[in-house]
Amino acid sequence: MDWFSRNLPYFLAGISVGGQYALIAIGYTMVYGILRLINFAHGDIFMVAGLLMVYLSASLPVFLAIPLVIILTVLIGFTVERVAYKPLRQAPRMSVMISAIGVSYLLQNLALYITGGLAQQYPAIPWVSDQITVFGASTKRVTVITPFLTIILVILLVILIKKTKIGMAMRAASKDFETSQLMGIRINSVISTTFIIGSFLAAIGSLLFFSNYTGVTPTIGTMPGLKAFVAAVFGGIGSIPGAVIGAFIIGICENMIMMLNQYVRFDISNFKDAFAFLLLIIILLFKPTGLFGEKQTDKV
Amino acid sequence: MKKKELIPGLILIAALLVLLRYLELHISPQSQWAMLLTVLKKGSIYALVAVSMNLLNGFTGLFSLGQAGFMMIGAYTYAVLTIPAEQREMVYMYYEGGIIRFALPSIVGIILAGVVAAVFAFLIGLPVLRLKSDYLAIATLGFAEIMRALFQWDTLGPLTNGSNMLRSYPTFKTILYPFIVSGVCIALIVMLINSTYGRAFKAIRDDEIAAEAMGINLAHHKRIAFTVSSFFAGISGALLAMFQTNVQAKSFNSAMTYEILLIVVIGGIGSVTGSVISSFLFIACSEWLLRFLDETHVIGDVTLPLMRSGFRKVVFSLIIMVIVLFFRQGIMGNREFSFTRLFSGRSKKSKGGKADE
Amino acid sequence: MSNDSVLRIDNVTMQFGGVIAVDNVTIDVNKGEIVSLIGPNGAGKTTAFNVITGVYAPTNGAVYFNDEKIIENYPQGKMRTMYKGENQGKYRQVLSPTPDRITKLGIARTFQNIRLFKSQTVFENVLIAQHLRRTSNLLSATLHLNGKEEAQMRKDARDLLHILELDDVADEMATSLPYGKQRRVEIARAMATKPSLLLLDEPAAGMNPQETDELTAFIGRIRDEFGLTIFMIEHHMDLVMEISDRIYVLDFGKMIASGLPEEIQSNRRVIEAYLGGAVDE
Repeated sequence: MDWFSRNLPYFLAGISVGGQYALIAIGYTMVYGILRLINFAHGDIFMVAGLLMVYLSASLPVFLAIPLVIILTVLIGFTVERVAYKPLRQAPRMSVMISAIGVSYLLQNLALYITGGLAQQYPAIPWVSDQITVFGASTKRVTVITPFLTIILVILLVILIKKTKIGMAMRAASKDFETSQLMGIRINSVISTTFIIGSFLAAIGSLLFFSNYTGVTPTIGTMPGLKAFVAAVFGGIGSIPGAVIGAFIIGICENMIMMLNQYVRFDISNFKDAFAFLLLIIILLFKPTGLFGEKQTDKV
Repeated sequence: MKKKELIPGLILIAALLVLLRYLELHISPQSQWAMLLTVLKKGSIYALVAVSMNLLNGFTGLFSLGQAGFMMIGAYTYAVLTIPAEQREMVYMYYEGGIIRFALPSIVGIILAGVVAAVFAFLIGLPVLRLKSDYLAIATLGFAEIMRALFQWDTLGPLTNGSNMLRSYPTFKTILYPFIVSGVCIALIVMLINSTYGRAFKAIRDDEIAAEAMGINLAHHKRIAFTVSSFFAGISGALLAMFQTNVQAKSFNSAMTYEILLIVVIGGIGSVTGSVISSFLFIACSEWLLRFLDETHVIGDVTLPLMRSGFRKVVFSLIIMVIVLFFRQGIMGNREFSFTRLFSGRSKKSKGGKADE
Repeated sequence: MSNDSVLRIDNVTMQFGGVIAVDNVTIDVNKGEIVSLIGPNGAGKTTAFNVITGVYAPTNGAVYFNDEKIIENYPQGKMRTMYKGENQGKYRQVLSPTPDRITKLGIARTFQNIRLFKSQTVFENVLIAQHLRRTSNLLSATLHLNGKEEAQMRKDARDLLHILELDDVADEMATSLPYGKQRRVEIARAMATKPSLLLLDEPAAGMNPQETDELTAFIGRIRDEFGLTIFMIEHHMDLVMEISDRIYVLDFGKMIASGLPEEIQSNRRVIEAYLGGAVDE
């Protein structure tokens, strides 16, 4: 029982962080599925959502601030696509990716300018940020909510994609971009929808993430962003269930490392971030398109 | 460089070195021009790493994002091997002076910085070069992150000083040093690109399947490009260590790789001279020319709005976005700067096809 | 096997999942011949080429080149996914050369959809083929210590372009040329690897009748001047009937006929395969 209560927080944290990564990873995987673009700016959208909450909650009650944060984040995600990616639709893929890196650079520098480089204290959200006790382990309520909320959102998303017209258009566009255009699918609105969904989930992810890790800095989006992308690749990029499972695996594994750290002689805590990449490289060597990715072959 | 450009080229290089030395001797550290020297030094170091990245991304078509990682390996190799023995007790104060008790001469340290980075690249390349495009990019980025964690690992502290700073190693005394080392390295890269191996790299970039049908062993040539590129990234890492006078693993993060990639893109993917020009411009803008934007200006009674610390970087990123969106070919496209072209005004037949697909 | 056998595809089967693209096919090509492989779209012709050139490893069967076995089946019939190396090590004893090794053996090919190096001139395209005969290593090539070899490479490339009457376009960007010219450049590039067997994948595709006539003469000429053996896939029946020594016909992966052009022309099964009629036997 002692072992259990000592290590439970790591499991809880793992599942919770995994859920947060999953919400970000979906944005990566959907965009990649349709545009074949690693949207490097996605992690920064997540960071911007955090900052918005910091500033909005300073002057507004939380129940108003939260929906506003979500709306503004979605608006930013939508705008980024329209301004930075849409003009490059006919350009080589590399150009779009560079543009994404440029947007990431811009968002970080804007955040640096506005915050002055100081970490901003994330507001406590009532109920969500409260301390609770689970099987004798003390944690914030957000830890417990996250996995459930994530799964509910994923199920809703899958229903959206499977059942609605826009979802069908999305699936068509990710199967064959060119042909779906010829079939009369309005590709720009499909892509915008994808970014709107991605940013919406990133905003939710950001609310959950920062309720646990309360300092928002301009570069804080980089690592969760990269890890969420790794999760998306790990699960097989383009596949939503793949991204979610990948994210949970990575979230749990990195907290397992922290758990193991209590028992081993060497301090291995600084491999927490690197481990996700190690896992990725190993999986890519055996399954080059990820766990649930479709096998691709070259046409000669 | 063509044969007939060799002589004017050499004269120009000599003149440039003399000019640099002159500037160095006559600009006092207090003057506002002192920043120019810093920009030139750092620019020359970034030029080398940008060209090495261009060799991979622009000439071989391998989308790799590990450049900062290989710079870090180079920087650490140099620093670890050249700290004078009597300084080690102080630098490695948490690790009882570390495990290395000797110090190598600076120039040996630089060469080994390249060699160690190349060895790492060779080993990493064995598995990851089988991956394609985005998968290769994320795997190399991942390796850089793993290396960064490894170098900061407390258990390796006696070798790498853990997450503490490495310092007190020999640095360069004159601006000529980074220019000459970078210049020689870039010249070597250009010679490689113009050799039969370089032609094979470009064939792989244009069409892997056709290149293989031409008898080019893909795995072998990709490995060569990756290893050579990392060798030079390692050397530029050593130069950067000398320039900064201290090294810490945490600064070699993914943002640094993105910066180098942006330099390559702004210069023009597939243009060596483009990368060089763009390195100096990039460093000058980010460190010097836009600096006035960070200060508050008052004209008459009006305080100019927006200008305060950090504004420079915002403007700078906006400039980058404009280049990325509207001048996709970068400064040079995939052409090279040439004297004959400049002086005779006769433009070479422009090359179609894009290198950056 | 006859003494002058250049290429022998021996009972080759190529299966992708449930689809059998090439079904137990045997083809012989002898020295100095021009042999054509014809058949409706999707008959498995290009797949057969990809087996010969090492792009796919066959499910079953073997390929011989100059009476030497160069390719043999994989036990379980896995497709070699290019460069991902998933079969490496698993089938060590099995012959499965990669495309570059096949080229080094002396088999060169062109592609159905032209694959020229797009950022390079015609001359540079041809020059790249010289790389496989280099004797210089990375260091000596980088330091340009191989001046003699480099000069020889350039001379060989120039000479070849001259013989093939392409020297007027040598410094043009390869992909800016008209379609017919691009086909010829691709053949020239394959020739530059100094093959003894040339595989042409639909060399006349997309050509007008005049270009096709020129190509027919061109192919005949290179066979005679270089002492080559040519194995080609083609749809233009005029071209096929005019220059082929022998013809093989594939339909749905199966060999339905083989023989001299006049025999094929009058073969009932071939006509039915092309017209889509039922075969009543």
